[in-house]
Amino acid sequence: MSDDIILRVENLRKHFIVGRKGLIKREPITVKAVDGVSFNVRRGETFGIVGESGSGKSTIAYITMGMYLPTSGTITFNDRDLFGHGDRRPLDLRKEVQIVFQDPGSSLNPRRTIRQILELPLSIHQPEKDRLTEIIRLLELVDLPPEFMHKYPRQLSGGERQIVAIARALATNPSLVILDEPTSALDVSVQGKVLNLLIRLQRELNLTYMFITHDLSVMRNLASRVAIMYLGRVAEVAEAVHFFESPQHPYTQMLLSSIPVLTEAEEALRPAQIRSTGEIPSPVDLPSGCSFHTRCPQVMDHCRHIDPLMVPIDVTGSDHIVRCHLFEQANGQVSS
Amino acid sequence: MAEIAVSPVPEVIDAAALARIQRQNRRENLGRMWFKFSRNPLSVIGLLMVIAIILLAIFAEFVTPFPDHVRPFTDFVNAKKPPGGEYLLGTDQFGRDILSRIVFGFRFSLLMAVVVLTLVVPVGVTLGMVAGYFQGTIIDTIIMRITDIFLSVPPLILALAIASVLTPNLTNSMVAVSLMWWPWYARLVYGLSSALRTEYFVSSAETIGARTPHILFREILPNMISPIFTKMSLDVGWVIIIGSMLSFLGLGVQEPQPGLGTMVAKGSDYLPTGQWWMAIFPALAIVVVVLGFNLLGDGLRDLFSAEEV
Amino acid sequence: MVARETPLLDIRDLSVHFRVYGGVLRVLDRINFHVLQGERVGLVGETGCGKTTTMKTILQVLPTPPAEIPQGEIRFQGQDVMTMSQRELVNMRGQGISMIFQDPTAALNPVFTVGQQLTAVIRHASPENRNLNNSQLRERALEALRQVALADPERLLDSYPIQLSGGMRQRVCIGMALSTRPGLLIADEPGTALDVTIQDQVLRLLQDLVEQQGNSFILITHTLGIVRQMTDRVYVMYAGNMVEVAPTQRLFTNPLHPYTQGLMDAVPRLTGGGISEGIPGRIPDYMNPPSGCRFSGRCPHAMPVCSREKPPVFQIEGPEDESHEVACFLYDEPHKVSNYKAELQPV
Repeated sequence: MSDDIILRVENLRKHFIVGRKGLIKREPITVKAVDGVSFNVRRGETFGIVGESGSGKSTIAYITMGMYLPTSGTITFNDRDLFGHGDRRPLDLRKEVQIVFQDPGSSLNPRRTIRQILELPLSIHQPEKDRLTEIIRLLELVDLPPEFMHKYPRQLSGGERQIVAIARALATNPSLVILDEPTSALDVSVQGKVLNLLIRLQRELNLTYMFITHDLSVMRNLASRVAIMYLGRVAEVAEAVHFFESPQHPYTQMLLSSIPVLTEAEEALRPAQIRSTGEIPSPVDLPSGCSFHTRCPQVMDHCRHIDPLMVPIDVTGSDHIVRCHLFEQANGQVSS
Repeated sequence: MAEIAVSPVPEVIDAAALARIQRQNRRENLGRMWFKFSRNPLSVIGLLMVIAIILLAIFAEFVTPFPDHVRPFTDFVNAKKPPGGEYLLGTDQFGRDILSRIVFGFRFSLLMAVVVLTLVVPVGVTLGMVAGYFQGTIIDTIIMRITDIFLSVPPLILALAIASVLTPNLTNSMVAVSLMWWPWYARLVYGLSSALRTEYFVSSAETIGARTPHILFREILPNMISPIFTKMSLDVGWVIIIGSMLSFLGLGVQEPQPGLGTMVAKGSDYLPTGQWWMAIFPALAIVVVVLGFNLLGDGLRDLFSAEEV
Repeated sequence: MVARETPLLDIRDLSVHFRVYGGVLRVLDRINFHVLQGERVGLVGETGCGKTTTMKTILQVLPTPPAEIPQGEIRFQGQDVMTMSQRELVNMRGQGISMIFQDPTAALNPVFTVGQQLTAVIRHASPENRNLNNSQLRERALEALRQVALADPERLLDSYPIQLSGGMRQRVCIGMALSTRPGLLIADEPGTALDVTIQDQVLRLLQDLVEQQGNSFILITHTLGIVRQMTDRVYVMYAGNMVEVAPTQRLFTNPLHPYTQGLMDAVPRLTGGGISEGIPGRIPDYMNPPSGCRFSGRCPHAMPVCSREKPPVFQIEGPEDESHEVACFLYDEPHKVSNYKAELQPV
């Protein structure tokens, strides 16, 4: 195994029991939030995960952070099993993987000052260091003035709060940072500042990012590789550049054609012939076969019964994997 | 990792500057809170009533005309005097000044409320918070089922039973009221805590590796202070009513000490014979205390529930 | 400049203040805004710029206090909204103007069926409708659901909002808003709460319906791409000021105000090119707004005059007889930078 892979996700499944049906047998009603997902994150890259609600993208992040245990499958970080100790993850492993949550309003405790918020990870992971100096260093690292430490989150703007959340994630000196929709609650004019800060920090601190978003335009400009998820499964994985220039999976094409854009040049990138139709099925009651068949414009008969496999395709001359029957036929082979 | 130059900024480490910033924050918060609170005149009236009652209760010895009348005392010459003149609210069957006894009665009522709430709030809050944080686990089940058992016993019956098994006096009635009261706090806090548990800042502390006591007392508890505070101020009135009820039934404050409920009970014997002031004035006093605390509590609730204006 | 027909909605010199702790928030600062008959107008701006306050003022649903309206006038169909009686206001909100909100879940009452809510809206829309009997009302409700392309409308009438998906709920809201045949339809971030592919469907539906029925339409949003797709003319709002108004195509090819330029530049492009830094600084404090242009503190082209005086509105000549207005001193003759022509940076 090459050692440039920092995070290896293999056949990950997470099923939530959301209720029970039947009077006597009490069969569980399960939501398959993540259903057999595999991918690798390479050291130093920004690995993007794109999906709509119910796609399982945030669940993957939370499992990686140890907020849930997986139902089955493994995640290894630098070849160490993240769940080797059940949900009691050792501190030295916790330190390595950190997260920035979506909503900066809720991810900072409204009753604690920025100083107290930044002190927590420092006191747990770097008890030997002088905390005040470290806090000032962290704030400087993210371009915030040191007197911010005395403020409460509500005294900051949305962008500043998210920057504090980034500083907190960096306080443990991690090597992998999960960014769960870090700018989707922010205004466009502020978004750029936060994203550019993330880009700079990645370069300076040699960070690896797992970047989760529903915004394809942001993804285009940030990610090196992108995975598209639909209803708990990966539909397509590719290098970001190829991904936007030659999207292969019908769902990816539908997604691209749905984005409102600003210029003619962007419009040219949208596959105009694919129009979004249909509803996203309920994750409690997934369609049989390929879960996208209810909305797919190119649906074939066996899509309704047989679940497609991940197939590498050779359109772009690089790693490009698609989970779609169209490509199994084209290649005339099936591989997993 | 790149070395980032550190330039310690002296004015932020300076303790005096820190204290100044904190004072400034606090002053601004208080100012904003008072601005919102004072918009509702009823809340302000409630606050003034509560302050007045507390001051009267504390300085009862100095503000009442006859502080002796709360101790063993009889003056049959001046018994059953109607309101007016020397005795502003009249006297009772032993010739004791009703006004003085009411003011001292405030003291016992407030004492009861303070003692009950100091016993009840920490217990109820801690249990509810732990159960809420561990929602769905065995800890939750055990704590909340015990809470349900206490809640399923009619409160007055429980208090009566406890007060009658033990000797009827103020201390035991406070114990009785406390035992029936804590589950309500456990219930309230359980709901709050199980909701806060899913907030991202709690998840964040968990994934960083913070210990459970830190999460409970530093992350979750400070965010529940406002609703707990509101409930406390509304509960003062209720505790006083229950305390008065118990003393009306002879289970609370004992003669010659003046409990408001006891005074109503004894005074009601004289209602048929026309000495109405013996029962009516203590009863009005109860109304005033409860009203004051309820107005204040409503004001606090509006204050905390309203988003930033 | 063409002689203007009487607009359906005309706002002139409107200011709205909020009295709060510590002073007065000057949220809207003498804005002008109009919508012609059958016109589709976009109102673009970021969080806290006053878009929602503007709409609430039109509908007269701002709580006063804390809000106050020190000056300005709002006319709907030529009638002064601020002097309307309660009854006239109810009529205006019922049949004159309909709204579609960002969150369809909050806009529908969870304890009534879709049918009950729809028929209630239709019944109260006009005095004639009050005489409709139940089967006529039901027919109108079905019609409303059919036009928003919802399958099986019969069954839908008897469902509760919780049984529908987010996209279906928003369709129901659109159907409900159009069922009263309003003169003016206001959509406040209609797709923001929805997934991208669902948003696309809902917006396309909305666009088709507005086109078919010829309603006047106001689209409030912070997403520039949606405005480009759905409107004829765009107002750009910043910190309680209207900074630029132009026909949509023109605004997107030739934005003039530095704020508009910054905003467009900040949107990441599907074509790549990296992430722009966005606009430095933050929205000014409404309690003590800058005395001149409210954008001057963040503006890359700020001149001394900008912090002294509030810029007036300048008419910029277009290739055709279009009205392009911008409130910025860069376009004042004495200050005009020679041949200043701002182009959208190709990225």
